[in-house]
Amino acid sequence: MTEFLIQLAQIFLVVALAPLVTGWVRLVKARLQGRVGASALQPYRDLYRLLQQEAVVAHSASWLFRVAPYVTFSAVWLAAVLIPTFTTDLILAPAADLIALVALLGVARFWTALAGLDVGTAFGGLGASREMMIASLAEPAMLMVTFSLSLVSGSTAPSQIIAFVLSGSVGIEVSMGLALAALVIVAVAENGRIPIDNPSTHLELTMVHEAMVLEYSGRHLALMEAAGMVRLTLFLALIGGLFAPWGIAQAGAGWGEWRWGWEHSLPKALPWPRPWRCSRPGSPRCGCSAMPISWAARCCWGCWRRSSSTCRRRCDGSRADLL
Amino acid sequence: MLIAASLSALVLLSLLAVVAGGREITHRLVHAGCAAASLGLLIGGLTHLGTGPGGSPSIVLPLGLPWMAAHFRLDNLSALFMVVVDLAAVAASVYGIGYCRHLPEVRRVTPFFPLFLFGMNAVLLADDAFMFLVAWEFMSLASWLMVLADHKSAENRHAGMVYLVMAAFGTFCLLTSFGLMAGAGGAYTFTAMRQAELAAVPAFLVVLTAVLGAGSKAGLVPLHVWLPLAHPAAPSHVSALMSGVMTKVALYGLIRILFDLHGEVPWEWGAALMVIGGVSAVLGVLYALFQDDLKRLLAYSTVENVGVAVIGLGLGIAFKDAGEPALAALALVGGLYHIVNHSIFKTLLFFAAGAVISATGERRLSGLGGLLNRMPWTGTAALVGAGAISALPPLNGFVSEWLILQALFKGPGLPHWAMKFGVPVVGAMLALAGALAATCFVRAYGIVFLGRPRSLAAARADLHPTPASMRWTMAVLALLCILLGAIPVTVTDALSAVVQPMTGLHFAVSADLGWPWLSPVSSTRGSYSGTMLVMVGAVLFAVAVVLAHGLGTRGVRRADAWDCGHREDIPETQYTGQSFSQPLRRVFGTSIFLARETVEMPEPGERSPARLSVRMIDPVWVWLYDPISRAINFIADRVNRMQFLTVRGYLLMMFSTLVFMLLVVAWRQQP
Repeated sequence: MTEFLIQLAQIFLVVALAPLVTGWVRLVKARLQGRVGASALQPYRDLYRLLQQEAVVAHSASWLFRVAPYVTFSAVWLAAVLIPTFTTDLILAPAADLIALVALLGVARFWTALAGLDVGTAFGGLGASREMMIASLAEPAMLMVTFSLSLVSGSTAPSQIIAFVLSGSVGIEVSMGLALAALVIVAVAENGRIPIDNPSTHLELTMVHEAMVLEYSGRHLALMEAAGMVRLTLFLALIGGLFAPWGIAQAGAGWGEWRWGWEHSLPKALPWPRPWRCSRPGSPRCGCSAMPISWAARCCWGCWRRSSSTCRRRCDGSRADLL
Repeated sequence: MLIAASLSALVLLSLLAVVAGGREITHRLVHAGCAAASLGLLIGGLTHLGTGPGGSPSIVLPLGLPWMAAHFRLDNLSALFMVVVDLAAVAASVYGIGYCRHLPEVRRVTPFFPLFLFGMNAVLLADDAFMFLVAWEFMSLASWLMVLADHKSAENRHAGMVYLVMAAFGTFCLLTSFGLMAGAGGAYTFTAMRQAELAAVPAFLVVLTAVLGAGSKAGLVPLHVWLPLAHPAAPSHVSALMSGVMTKVALYGLIRILFDLHGEVPWEWGAALMVIGGVSAVLGVLYALFQDDLKRLLAYSTVENVGVAVIGLGLGIAFKDAGEPALAALALVGGLYHIVNHSIFKTLLFFAAGAVISATGERRLSGLGGLLNRMPWTGTAALVGAGAISALPPLNGFVSEWLILQALFKGPGLPHWAMKFGVPVVGAMLALAGALAATCFVRAYGIVFLGRPRSLAAARADLHPTPASMRWTMAVLALLCILLGAIPVTVTDALSAVVQPMTGLHFAVSADLGWPWLSPVSSTRGSYSGTMLVMVGAVLFAVAVVLAHGLGTRGVRRADAWDCGHREDIPETQYTGQSFSQPLRRVFGTSIFLARETVEMPEPGERSPARLSVRMIDPVWVWLYDPISRAINFIADRVNRMQFLTVRGYLLMMFSTLVFMLLVVAWRQQP
């Protein structure tokens, strides 16, 4: 009974908290860029607003266009239900291992890409083509991550890998480090983040994921957006769970451990701008206090650019000397 | 008994088609008869699978040459393939009832269709090399004649030529293989071959020729060249059988020789098969990705899927040789599962292609589009097929790829270093092929069935409704795709009974967790349950629908497409198949196919359109087959001169031949 309740809690909490996670990520991004940023609760308002709006469907669209948002959302949701976030003791966890998880995300992508092609516009096809190209490189990478994790831990099931990491028998593993690096890159690609894609771009020609859902509106768009949010949460929880599972509750755990697990499940994978967090959010000073960080980042970037261009110039110079 | 009656019925039907050919009712009658006979064979195969392991006794019939008898036997392996073949055969026959109405050249198809079915089934039942090869040729020639049904087009004649050459090459290799196994004594029955002990060199040659012979029929790279030419040339229900089923009969031959007749195949062959399979999988899907012809695309995708199944077989050999029968069984179950799955979804997709072609008369992706609105049945069934072939859960294609991947992930535990390092490479190839297949079928499905019609014929597709027999077969096959994915454990249990004699171990894929959970190796190793995914997924889908409608608006408003304000009514503004695969062409095509893009821009002021043209080469033709055919032509040219010698020259030749023969005899007579 308890197991059932835990599973039920997981099912609804991943969906309920996914907008918050996205909002938080956006807030941190804004602060790093020196902006105030919207509240972390903004995605809830966005979703609610979209749900209230009318759903417009093009004349040339088929039934697939109307079904795709529901399939996409429920496939991503299903994947998120099966991964351990705060406990590994989920009754549905054996239904899918990491390979099946990758494939479930593939289902969502398949339907979104088809929906992009359905109306018959140039931008939809552009997005679908780019998305499938990225996916056909990211998906094998993800399976290879699974392969190396299964070589180290002897299992492809996330809960078993977590149990293995927690058992303490894993030392400093190079393959785990490489797997983490690869998984982060895959997560960046799958969630359409910079530098693969930019979720907040407004120029259609540079879009990947957004271009596929350009024709959506109202509740359909809300579901597509929500699917993206759940996917982001899923990847954060997966990376946090597989590579830093400390604090997660295991089989036979009590309420306290579950709560502990919840409090640590997502935060450990989320960016925490605590050192430069300002005392009064929303005040102009906040931007200023975040400035040094963003300046530091810009400086690093600039230095790198400068050095690489100097290097190039020097190379050219030496070639000129030779000539 | 049922099987024998059905086989004879097929031969009689062929005769009936010859005698009473011409009228439409004959064609429909013959196809209906084929459906009934295949159904009999299907039931025969299924009942044998249900009775458990162990084969029937060999039946000897006085067929063929006077001093030779024909042996037939049905065991679990042949029963499984019989189910695979005849399931598709029943579907193709029923489909053919409706489809043959639209065929202009139907008279050249109907007599050979029953013979083709007969040949495939007889290969599976044969228990001696003679019968096997005769049936194999029946299968090849009957399908060759149907490839040439529309022989007026030069393209089809070329396809028939290439097919005939490759089929002859394949049979030649298999003949050598069986000849070596039979030995000097000519023990041509399979029972005698099983007991024969082979020396090292003949044993090597037997496997080599078997892989070449069966591989050329199955379509392994680089012997796949005839597939994309011949499969599309035949009428669609025959293409479906050639692509979905005849390649499987070839794999049956490979399994029969490698796991049954030959017995002890060393692990190096397993490694070689895995590499061949991996290369076939990746190259096959890459070829498919850049095709514009719908049926050719499907034929290339067959190359990919055969490659996937062969990876499973190769892994099975490697594990078996390393003394890991449980893992060998897992790999083989995965390979066989993929064979079953591919026969279903490839048949379905070819049927859908046939329905599209008969409704629009158009095979090019660039002339199709928007068909889901105009052909809802075909479009929906094809969507299931496209999802299954892209290995999406909870459909059947995913289960077999999952099983093969699970076996591959245990590969680094093999004792040989080549395998420890090679298996992850093959795993990466399999993963890449799977991901590219999804891209390929998003492209194929999206361009054909979604979007706006790209030609007038596609826009008027709803004026030619698909006959009921075609619609229903597609619906049933689509349901089978879902069913075989939703109850994977039931299928794997049946397959492990087939695999048991090959590995000598009873292996249950679901031993640990019980019925709906696939848990190979152990419960902690990783598990999958299609059944649970379907159930939970359906609940979540319903919750999503209720939530979205409860919290939000209901109903939709139809309007013009927004298209960011660029709305134009010209369908040419849509993405095409070429533009869809352009990013991947840049990634893979430039190195493998030497794809080069040239842009012709008109001078400023000129009103001619700008053109983007792409040039690609087929590496297998350019670097393998063209040199071979040039060499053959060169030799033939030289040999041709011997026709024009003088009498003295001919006499000299005869005399020197005689001297040479005497020398050989003298050398052989030396003690």
